[in-house]
Amino acid sequence: MASVSETASIRRRGAFATFIIRLFKEKPLGAAGAIIFLVFLFCGIFADFLAPYGMNQISPLNRLKPPSWQHPFGTDNLGRDMFSRCLYGAQLSVIIGFCAAGLATIISVVLGILTGYLGGRFDMITQRFVDAWMSFPDLIILIVVVSVLGPGMPQIIGTLGLLLGIAGSRIIRSAVISVRENMYVHAAQSIGARTPRILWRHILPNVMPPIIVLFTTRVGTVILAESGLSFLGLGVPPPAPTWGGMLSGAGRTFMFQGPWLALAPGLCLTLVVYSTNMFGDALRDLLDPRMRGSR
Amino acid sequence: MQTLSSEAPAMTRAGGADEVLRVSDLKVHFPIMSGAIFKREIATVKAVDGVSFSLERGETLGLVGESGCGKSTTGLAVLRMLAPTAGRILFEGTDIAQHDASAMQAIRRRMQMVYQDPYGSLNPRMTVRDIILEPLEVHGLANDRAAARTRVDELLRLVGLLPDMADRYPHEFSGGQRQRIGIARALALEPTLIVCDEPVSALDVSIQAQVVNLFMDLQERLGLTYLFIAHDLAVVRHISDRIAVMYLGRIVEIARRDELYASPLHPYTQALLAAVPVADPEVEAARPRMIVTGEVPSALRPPPGCRFHTRCPSAMPVCKTIDPQLTDLSQGRAVACHLHVSPNT
Repeated sequence: MASVSETASIRRRGAFATFIIRLFKEKPLGAAGAIIFLVFLFCGIFADFLAPYGMNQISPLNRLKPPSWQHPFGTDNLGRDMFSRCLYGAQLSVIIGFCAAGLATIISVVLGILTGYLGGRFDMITQRFVDAWMSFPDLIILIVVVSVLGPGMPQIIGTLGLLLGIAGSRIIRSAVISVRENMYVHAAQSIGARTPRILWRHILPNVMPPIIVLFTTRVGTVILAESGLSFLGLGVPPPAPTWGGMLSGAGRTFMFQGPWLALAPGLCLTLVVYSTNMFGDALRDLLDPRMRGSR
Repeated sequence: MQTLSSEAPAMTRAGGADEVLRVSDLKVHFPIMSGAIFKREIATVKAVDGVSFSLERGETLGLVGESGCGKSTTGLAVLRMLAPTAGRILFEGTDIAQHDASAMQAIRRRMQMVYQDPYGSLNPRMTVRDIILEPLEVHGLANDRAAARTRVDELLRLVGLLPDMADRYPHEFSGGQRQRIGIARALALEPTLIVCDEPVSALDVSIQAQVVNLFMDLQERLGLTYLFIAHDLAVVRHISDRIAVMYLGRIVEIARRDELYASPLHPYTQALLAAVPVADPEVEAARPRMIVTGEVPSALRPPPGCRFHTRCPSAMPVCKTIDPQLTDLSQGRAVACHLHVSPNT
């Protein structure tokens, strides 16, 4: 028995290694995306060790300094080191981006698969609630939640996740409806497979492409949405360094005196969004057995 | 060669001792609903409207008819993938027409289906091994992984594929090979009855013969019973012991294969057979034609009396009023036509 599980784990590691090799060989852009993303993740996790200055360390003598060796990304209007703040921002923005996008995707997938596959009256009723929910302006809901619970990360992650998740359920639902009509689903039913098995083995793997795309695009959306919220004072409260906050706060105010104030966090944001999108696309293609060996 | 093993039981049709399936007066009606919230039935499509036949163990019944005549619906109802509106489906002695999902679970092991489209019927994201294992897993027969692997290899060999192919994905196979995978999946649970829904019509002609021969070979080896749905009369003639001809939700004629092709009784059967072209152009030009005019009437409102009377070249006044019943003429031969069965009997 032990030998069986051992060979299984060897095979799995083999599959992971093969995946990495294929990622680099067949999808160089996706591999670049993965590397950029891992660098940001690393920076975020180890920001405490990597950042040369504290995130809120003020140095009144070094206000609005352009990029130099001492301050690679310059300093802001309070003399805070932009490089350090961007590193810490990676922590906050990446956490918010991934948690909220992850939550949104899970909600979309669960709602979308259940309503799409089960259909009928359940679908009818659930989707009318989705309609009602989607007809509220997102901002109003966010303002209500933040004013009731106060600004903070968990509130923002929860609300953005719920907002995007419910809206995204439509996309997954329509994908499920088209997959459901395939004869292999019918074949599984005729074998006697029960609904959970059909959802897990037949529906979910075949709606993975839209799920991956949904998730990777949501990461960008969430990071940008958070910056919008910070702009309105509803995001993660200052002086916490979120990229969105830096971009819309000092970055906008001192756009002409110190363009690096907006450039640095803007570049970080663009790179993270771009890298997740590239990696997502590569992942989608690599997970599809039909795309083997193609570019 | 299949006739050797199955001709004998076909003769003793009335005996019923080794009867796998007996369908009597099966009806499958689809209501057409209207209204967004308060649904109401505005019409009914009578896809299958009173179909009766039986199948002996080891026999093949060919079910032919043009598109929309209800032959696939009949197959799906037999498998209880559709709920029949009325009628009885005796499968190995039990009436499964009203079984619920949990009661059907045990029955599903013994009746399987082979699909028309070899591309759509295999999940593109599962390996061939997983596809063939699935029925075993669903019925809790794959707990011993090593034995399950051996079983998959065995099944692949049985359908003429190599065990080495088990870890590939469906898109790496040709249409004929995919159909063999579908057959292996159907065989995994050692079923008694296999409903084949146009299993070769999506394949190239050269491959069709191979797959049909595989079906016949498997039948001989495993004693399978087939309900073989098709519209290709040549294929049906090759594989079937008996043939049932359907028209607009009804069986109009059932006969042993050779009898049906030698002397079709129902005018619709005659027209169907006459429509098959003969390969020799001189024979083709000289042979008498029987042309049926018009369109198939809608299953929403089938014509009164005989359903075929609107297109029948030998229609009589009685055909417009009295619906002919499928009546046994001799051993294993039945027809629903006033030309052969007087309406009084």
